[in-house]
Amino acid sequence: MKVRIRHQRREVELAGVRSVRELLDRLQLNPETVLVVRGSELLTRDARLGEDDEVEIRPVVSGG
Amino acid sequence: MRCVKCKAQAQVEVRRHHAAFCGPHFLEWFEAQVERAVRRERMFGPQDRVLVAVSGGKDSLVLWDVLLRRGYRASGLHLNLGIGEYSQQSQEKCEAFARQRGAELLVVDIPSEYGVGVEGLAELAGRVACSACGLSKRYLFNRVARERGFDVVATAHNLDDEAAVLLGNLIAGNVDALVRQSPVLDSGHPGLVRKVKPLYRIAERETAAYAVLRGIDYVLDECPNSVGARSLLLKEALNLLERDAPGTKQSLYWNFLEKLRPLLRAASEPVALRSCLHCGQPTTAEVCAFCRMTERVAHKLRSRVVAPAQAGREPVGARSGPGPDPA
Repeated sequence: MKVRIRHQRREVELAGVRSVRELLDRLQLNPETVLVVRGSELLTRDARLGEDDEVEIRPVVSGG
Repeated sequence: MRCVKCKAQAQVEVRRHHAAFCGPHFLEWFEAQVERAVRRERMFGPQDRVLVAVSGGKDSLVLWDVLLRRGYRASGLHLNLGIGEYSQQSQEKCEAFARQRGAELLVVDIPSEYGVGVEGLAELAGRVACSACGLSKRYLFNRVARERGFDVVATAHNLDDEAAVLLGNLIAGNVDALVRQSPVLDSGHPGLVRKVKPLYRIAERETAAYAVLRGIDYVLDECPNSVGARSLLLKEALNLLERDAPGTKQSLYWNFLEKLRPLLRAASEPVALRSCLHCGQPTTAEVCAFCRMTERVAHKLRSRVVAPAQAGREPVGARSGPGPDPA
């Protein structure tokens, strides 16, 4: 699976990740601080992921 | 996870409400939350002219989008802060948004008006960048709104912003700021335009979800000066609590508004405002903090043999961007 992490400006390839919850755990990201997007679709924590999926992780926290 | 309204595949979970929504029902819920805030707090009505402070980020463009969809008379005001490529991109996002919707956008270019951007103002006035930026925003939002005849200024502070500010003020024991913190800041002076925060019921994650679902193109990059900002640390702490105890941010802020703030207000003296001797804007001092800052900067720039624009005394040069001309 290809994962584009917008706020870290990097892409990673991950294998064996079956859900959004597992993906965020693997990347050590707090689900409250990001959105997970596949195409034009937003994914909830329980959404299933496949090996061929391409997803984007968008930060939601802003301010200074 | 299924939508609580129609049982379709959910796209957004709102854990503090024990709910999840499909795309269309999330958008419906979101707009209803904004409308509820506007009506509950009597922020403005359909006839009022609303000036929305737009940075080009997700929250402000989302707020503007919702108000336009609900039929409110909402114009945008963008301040170009003069922070290199970041400011250029931010202005472009606001202009594209306005152009697509035929909405009125006013733009104040701070470097053109005051000779330098907010980083220059900060350096020459001996302030930190975020302080000069915040002061400039508060001053210019009010000034443009008053000069252009707007009834109210709407900013896009959301639940996360308000909860983080509240936590910071509680930690610092900043009683004056706690008394002022509210979704509505009523005018206490003829020159002070009412300020409202219609997104105060909505979490930051939800504004981002709304932006993605509506296809709103916003600036993803953060202001370069916000790196290491304390507000981000406070948000991180609150999001750790929220992860394990959904509803923490809402409880913190809403309980403050309903239970603590009335007590603080009852025990506090009203602040006496008067008109700045130089620009006429409301202030607690003889000369307002913005005039003091820009005059100090203008003096330093003159000593560098650079001719700055006159600061403070002439109407600021808010020019209309894309969209119809101001009414």
